[in-house]
Amino acid sequence: MNKELSNIIIWTENKPGVFFRILWLFRRKMFNIESATVGHTEIPGITRFTITVTGDKDQVRNMCKQVYKLINVVKVEDVLDEKLVSRELAMIKVSTKNRAEKLEILEVVKHFRARVINMALDKLMIEITGGEEKIDAFYENMKQFRILEFVRTGRTALFK
Amino acid sequence: MKTRLKEGQKVQGADIVCEMLVRHGISVIFGYPGGANIPIYDALYKYPKLHHVLVRHEQGAAHAAEGYAWATGRPGVCFTTSGPGATNLVTGLADAMLDSIPMVCITGQVPSPLIGSDAFQETDVLGVTLPVTKHNYLITKTEDIAPALHEAFYLATHGRPGPVLVDIAKDAQTNFAEFQSPKERDYLKNKIKHKATIEEVEKIAEFLNNAEKPLIVAGHGMLLSGDGKTLLAIAQKQDIPITLTQLGLSTIPSTHRLFMGMPGMHGNVAANRAPNRADVLLAVGMRFHDRVTGKVSTYAPQAKIIHIDIDPSEIGKNVKPTLGVVGDAKIVLQQILPKLKKLKRESWLVELKNWKNEEKEKVFDKELNSTKLKSAQVVAEISKQTEGLATIVADVGQNQMYAARYSTFRKYNTHFTSGGLGTMGFAVPAGMGAKFGDPKREVWIVVGDGGIQMTIQELATIVQENLEVKIALLNNNYLGMVRQWQELFYKGNYSAVSLKNPNFQKLCEGFGINSMKAENFKRAREAIKIARRTKGPFLIEFVVEAEENVFPMIPAGAGIDEMIVSRE
Repeated sequence: MNKELSNIIIWTENKPGVFFRILWLFRRKMFNIESATVGHTEIPGITRFTITVTGDKDQVRNMCKQVYKLINVVKVEDVLDEKLVSRELAMIKVSTKNRAEKLEILEVVKHFRARVINMALDKLMIEITGGEEKIDAFYENMKQFRILEFVRTGRTALFK
Repeated sequence: MKTRLKEGQKVQGADIVCEMLVRHGISVIFGYPGGANIPIYDALYKYPKLHHVLVRHEQGAAHAAEGYAWATGRPGVCFTTSGPGATNLVTGLADAMLDSIPMVCITGQVPSPLIGSDAFQETDVLGVTLPVTKHNYLITKTEDIAPALHEAFYLATHGRPGPVLVDIAKDAQTNFAEFQSPKERDYLKNKIKHKATIEEVEKIAEFLNNAEKPLIVAGHGMLLSGDGKTLLAIAQKQDIPITLTQLGLSTIPSTHRLFMGMPGMHGNVAANRAPNRADVLLAVGMRFHDRVTGKVSTYAPQAKIIHIDIDPSEIGKNVKPTLGVVGDAKIVLQQILPKLKKLKRESWLVELKNWKNEEKEKVFDKELNSTKLKSAQVVAEISKQTEGLATIVADVGQNQMYAARYSTFRKYNTHFTSGGLGTMGFAVPAGMGAKFGDPKREVWIVVGDGGIQMTIQELATIVQENLEVKIALLNNNYLGMVRQWQELFYKGNYSAVSLKNPNFQKLCEGFGINSMKAENFKRAREAIKIARRTKGPFLIEFVVEAEENVFPMIPAGAGIDEMIVSRE
């Protein structure tokens, strides 16, 4: 079976409990959510979810129909990767032992076109946006340093 | 539209609740008062046209509302209080959800400042009922009551019907607001597709016109769409045999020459074998339930499957159709009918009729001619005396299968039961609700000795309302269906299925219901006559053979070809 990452984009009314209903439904149909991002859209009162799941394509297709049955859901689309430009935001906090290490980190930051958003004497906070692979690679390069905190938002996307 | 409130009139939330019910044509409410919904009961006082039926347990209210909905096509309405009142509804909601029954439940909630504080009788009703409702609401402001209820009625009855729950905080019930007639929300309407496209219609017609062995499987959706005639017209035009799922029974008269019975675990031989021989299967308003298909991978292997359903998520969920069409069963069939050629299919029908005869010889005749009293005989006799016109409300288990298999349905929409959820205890309150909804019906409740004891307290409601329902209690002193499984698949280990029952005659006396006991067929026949002649409720206890089995049977998870027709 075709087990790859699917992008499910859901537009809903901005009403209390909608997030709960959607997450409940994914659990009910035995899907494991890989990532979910939620936010306002260009239309007032409409919230947009970008949910990525792994699963067989038929199941994903049926899942979309199930999601559409939720009363607050206005529209659902199961979108192929190539039709989307997707991004993820990650933030990382690393400790810096000395000046040399700091410079070394800044080299990595530069290479990945990440940004330092907070700097203290002994630590750096960096933000990076990109696709999952870029963020994975960035993380791999940062592992040699002492990572204090790391967080990533999961995929969010727009149509090409 | 009947109204009592004027636009802009300042009233309490509880009045708005009653007003909205009147505006949606509701005349009967099944409910139970308590601390958190007492303001609504106070408002009921001003609405004498709303007849409130005081049930004895909230589950009874839910099933009664289902029966009411089934009999009338209008949503059944329940009132219960917060906490335990609301949680007692859950089984009924789940039942209505699986069987697509329109229902609007209005529950009281603790005052809004207390929500989340674990107050007395507080439960997160929205959270608890979310998985078992089509949609639900938590209302904390009086002005939100009218729009929520309006939408609740819309959702319960449009598209695929289902239960909707509106949880209203007590302060929203007592606070005042200006009454405003709610407005329609277009986007809800736009989500429902009723008609098939021209291409879809052409394709369906092409499949059927070129089929050699077509078969119709129609379900509850067909019945809910309110049209058996078009289905029959299609079948007659092309000599297509019709099978009806358990919840589709009574869509067409079971005496019709093209009716081939009910498919499923305890379905009819012809209805079960036909899908495996058919080349085109027209499935309308049904969802290829596991009890219908058996092992799904061996179901209808060579058939092109056309699946018509109003719920898009059902298309391809269990069985992948060759052609899936989203639409209302009635409308789509009306679209197809003129495109069909007139065809005769003698040999295909003969094939099915032979299976029908095989079942008659091996199963029906034996059951009906038995010297010991059999459930089949009781059910058949009720059908005979009522000329197939009575409404049969069946419970769950063997009694349900006998009711479905041995009743003759000559009138549209006269068989109600708990199909999807299989809720024991459904029949007594549901039968009660059906009678309230449509008092002209002759209602016969068919129930076993296990099931009746799950909601037996509703006999008191029946007596209080002097409701003309007749109850056929099939007593074998066993949980019969489980016992049958234990006999057939668990080496006859009868684990926890034997019931030491109360004296049902004395119980009836206690409740104040006329009753009789019948141990043989002669007495059974007489009892049914007497019950029909007697005014008011009546219960007959039929002492049936203890270890009778329902055949045919397809073991759970087995393919249709593994059907056990009879024990020999």
